[in-house]
Amino acid sequence: MGAFLFLTITTAFRILGRNRMRAGLTVLGIVIGVAAVIAMVSIGQGAKAAVRSAVATMGTNVIIILPGATTTGGVRGGQGSALNLMVADAQDLKKKIPLLVDTGWGKRDVMQVVYGNRNWNAPVNGISPGYLTIRDWSYASGVPFTQTDMDMAARVALVGQTVVDNLFEPGEEPVGATIRLKNVPFTVIGVLAPKGQSSQGSDQDDVVFIPFTTAERKVVGTQFLGSVGALFASTERTEDLPQAVEAIREVLRSRHRLQLEKADDFTIRTQIDIAKVQEGTGQTLTVMLFAIASISLLVGGIGIMNILLVSVTERTKEIGVRMAVGAKRKHILLQFLIEAMSLSLFGGLLGIVLGVFSARATTVIAGWPTIISLESIVAAFVFSLVVGLFFGLYPANKASRLNPIDALRYE
Amino acid sequence: MDSLIECRDIWKVYRLGDVQVQALRGVSLDIQRGEFMSIMGASGSGKSTLMNIIGCLDSPTSGTYRLNGLDVGSLGSDALAEVRNRQIGFIFQNFNLIPRTSALENVQLPLFYRGLPLREQRARAAEALARIGLDGRGHHYPAQLSGGQQQRVAIARALVSTPSLLLADEPTGNLDTESSREIMTVLKGLNRDEGITVIVVTHEADIAAYTSREIIVKDGQVVADRARTRETSDVRR
Repeated sequence: MGAFLFLTITTAFRILGRNRMRAGLTVLGIVIGVAAVIAMVSIGQGAKAAVRSAVATMGTNVIIILPGATTTGGVRGGQGSALNLMVADAQDLKKKIPLLVDTGWGKRDVMQVVYGNRNWNAPVNGISPGYLTIRDWSYASGVPFTQTDMDMAARVALVGQTVVDNLFEPGEEPVGATIRLKNVPFTVIGVLAPKGQSSQGSDQDDVVFIPFTTAERKVVGTQFLGSVGALFASTERTEDLPQAVEAIREVLRSRHRLQLEKADDFTIRTQIDIAKVQEGTGQTLTVMLFAIASISLLVGGIGIMNILLVSVTERTKEIGVRMAVGAKRKHILLQFLIEAMSLSLFGGLLGIVLGVFSARATTVIAGWPTIISLESIVAAFVFSLVVGLFFGLYPANKASRLNPIDALRYE
Repeated sequence: MDSLIECRDIWKVYRLGDVQVQALRGVSLDIQRGEFMSIMGASGSGKSTLMNIIGCLDSPTSGTYRLNGLDVGSLGSDALAEVRNRQIGFIFQNFNLIPRTSALENVQLPLFYRGLPLREQRARAAEALARIGLDGRGHHYPAQLSGGQQQRVAIARALVSTPSLLLADEPTGNLDTESSREIMTVLKGLNRDEGITVIVVTHEADIAAYTSREIIVKDGQVVADRARTRETSDVRR
């Protein structure tokens, strides 16, 4: 059987090599189908990875709690407009929920940042200690806020790279410089390492951080002392997030004295929720491409079946001779199955090359990130073999059922 | 000594639409080992049907056919393929070599289906080619060989499986006189020197004249069965 398979396979490839044009046209459907699968998977995975890394810039295992909506004089202020989350809430959460490694809070306002004769509008965040750790910010230069800065409401600031680019000359050292926020002078004590775009596409580096106390008392101001724009928390492990979210909800509901039937007056979001929403859009695209790939593989398979039926007819006499010298049904069946599979395999390999190439081209031309995975290549390879097997079965069976006398007599 | 081929009252009936065609009508025939014989008859006489049955390519409608003592009529298609592979070598009028496949690989074919190791297939095929004077031509494709040479390759292919019976269907039908003489000489030599039973189906009297026994088939029946002495065949030559 070993020798039989070896010779049959080499013969199949020889026949293929002899009719290159015909083989190429026959397998076009398979080529396109496999290429579509490879390209689709690599674009899909690239997009997914991009979303993941964008979400990861938020920090690790982050929970964000936003205040609820207010309704004043019939006008609903929208989510986050209420001032019902307090610094005390955060401190209580930390105390009551051991799962939380860190809690923090902040409030933000967009304002003009002035340095010398330049100015720039940037979001200014007043933050608590712990915030920068939760959000995984690191320093390009300078030092972090100290507890004293926080307690004393010191006029110190940390700036993001975009702010540096817009306020300072290239090469100028921002650390030590004095910038003005709402006419209050601040000393820049550090520059933050760039994070790039967030998963929503906003520039995370366009930011100024100042101590929460400073913001509350000197810059942003407040109607209600101790109220925050958002609370932040983080857990050690990702698996703990759902449990931590439930615990936070319970603590906050009891602190806010909400009756059972009342809805939450805050919103809790985790990284996982955000990632899910982002990945959902990619899913639709994947399903569409998958449909296209299936159709072209089907068409490709039918093409192979068609050319094999032609081949069986053309070689009827050869089949007769083979039967006369002792080929059994299984030999003829295998011969044509192997020919079908070598065709589809050839198409599959071409498709893999084309797919990898088009994925690369997508990255270069459209700038979309793509990831070519070994699994998708192996799957495409196996799938093309299966297509060959499936669509080769009918012609091969037809050939193997020929009557030797009729086949020999066929002209 | 029992016969190599033993046909008893063989009938073959085809249906062509509404018409019944009786291709063979009660043929009984014994052929001994080592015979060199011819089956003659006009086209439509039933000689091809008889050859197909003897060659195990077809089964009789009724009657029994024993090859080497084995009742072939009861065998299924795979068992018949096995019998053809081991016991029968075919030689056809139009050579029936597989195109664009080297002479050596054509000769290997019966051993290939027998599942022998590749090395043995090649060695025995090369040996068979050498026996009929084609050594060194193994790598040629059929299209590069003359008619006579192609028929020799076909003979090598028939011989390679060391069959007990060579069945030649109009082996010289597509050859010129010179090549025909060569091929018949090869067949005669194989019969004389190696004792292989050879049956030649032909409608040409001077081809039949090479053989030592001549059967004439007409309207599906054997109408004559006569031995030729070496002398008479030599006289006719």
